Amino acid sequence: MNVLHFISAFFGDGAHWHGYDGIPQRLWEHVQYSLAALGIAAAIGLPVGLVTGHTGRGGNALGMVANAARSLPSFGLLVLMFLAFGIGLTPVMIPLVVLAIPPILVTTYEAVRSVDPSPVDAARGLGMHEAKILLRVELPVALPMILGALRTAAIQIISTATIAAYVSLGGLGRFVIDGLYQRDYEKVVGGATLVAALALLTLGTFWLAGRLAVSPGVRRR
Amino acid sequence: MSGDGFFDVPSDLQHSYLGLVALHLQEALIPVAGGLVLALLLAQLCVRYGWLYPPVLWGTTIFYAIPSLAIFVILIDYTGQSRTTVMIPLTLYTLVVLVPAIVDGIRSVPEETQAAATAMGFGAWRRYLRVELPIAVPAIFAGLRGATAASISLVSVGALIGNQGALGNMLTDAMFYHRPMLAVSSVVTTAVLAVLADALLVLGRNLLTPWLPRGGRSGTPAAVLPGARTDTREKLGSSR
Repeated sequence: MNVLHFISAFFGDGAHWHGYDGIPQRLWEHVQYSLAALGIAAAIGLPVGLVTGHTGRGGNALGMVANAARSLPSFGLLVLMFLAFGIGLTPVMIPLVVLAIPPILVTTYEAVRSVDPSPVDAARGLGMHEAKILLRVELPVALPMILGALRTAAIQIISTATIAAYVSLGGLGRFVIDGLYQRDYEKVVGGATLVAALALLTLGTFWLAGRLAVSPGVRRR
Repeated sequence: MSGDGFFDVPSDLQHSYLGLVALHLQEALIPVAGGLVLALLLAQLCVRYGWLYPPVLWGTTIFYAIPSLAIFVILIDYTGQSRTTVMIPLTLYTLVVLVPAIVDGIRSVPEETQAAATAMGFGAWRRYLRVELPIAVPAIFAGLRGATAASISLVSVGALIGNQGALGNMLTDAMFYHRPMLAVSSVVTTAVLAVLADALLVLGRNLLTPWLPRGGRSGTPAAVLPGARTDTREKLGSSR
């Protein structure tokens, strides 16, 4: 009885590859939930973090909100939302977004704050508008840290979306949760492997994104 | 006579409300303590042998990317449906925050300070304990705060592998009996524990660093944005 045996049995079984409960379907669902949650969290966290970072105002309030959000347990929030709203996408999205906003928000703020002030002053001296300074000077320098924040958020979302299956939604967690109830450890371990692989793939994607998007001048410092 | 009040816990959990709180703290804090010991050792090695730092950082980051539920499930095969199964991954998770926090903390000790300590006749071991660690205290505590909050939150997931989630067990019961109050109680209690633990850590840090300026908002960035430094370190570290 070991993990490798379970893994090969799970992936070797042709029945796991087709239909409504097949691996491609579950994987696609998991990716969809994760992307949606990351998109919503980034749409809220990035602009707020960039603007507060640029102006330097509201850092304390931001820290407090982020800390408060961090102390909420995701699994608890998930069950609570499910009991409040019933089956659906909303009760799953709320905890995932709440989970992802604090790292994005706080790190973006910190990243923009920590940009060397001399190029910013130089840009201002050249007559650049504040918005342009933020987008053309501060953002590129802060980009590695911001990408890091998005990566952390994405990993946490993928990880937590596994639990979403507990409140009857799809995704890769379906294999894990159903397998646990059916005492089908092959299925459990197979599902767990898929989630882990997806998380690693995400790490790789962000590494690649960093290679492509971060200016070479910023990279080595 | 089971009510539906905030502190009413179904008898199948075999614990009182306070019993669950104690169990939760035990399952969350032992991993943080264990992780701190491990991280202090690893960080010391990483500072001594610089080439070790990137692989350690990558290793912890990659481990952190694996969902807790997945690790619990895989461990069941070896450690059964027990508290140990929950605490092992939580211990290893803390390293992703603690190792960079300690390494950066120790590296931030100025050369002159090191040299002064050496000149005073401090050996490497004594210098580590009496000079480097105290100076790294704010950084270490920033890491500890993040690790503690995450640990307290993650214990609940243990409920999914057979009632090993302490306060999280109230969540599965909330679903099972459809008693929303149980879920409210679980979430609120867990959040309060996280906030209290954080407050205690801040207090501990202040007691350990009597030389730092207090009270003003104009202090270090860490004082302005609690928690932010940890993230920053983690991000910077692993993108290197």
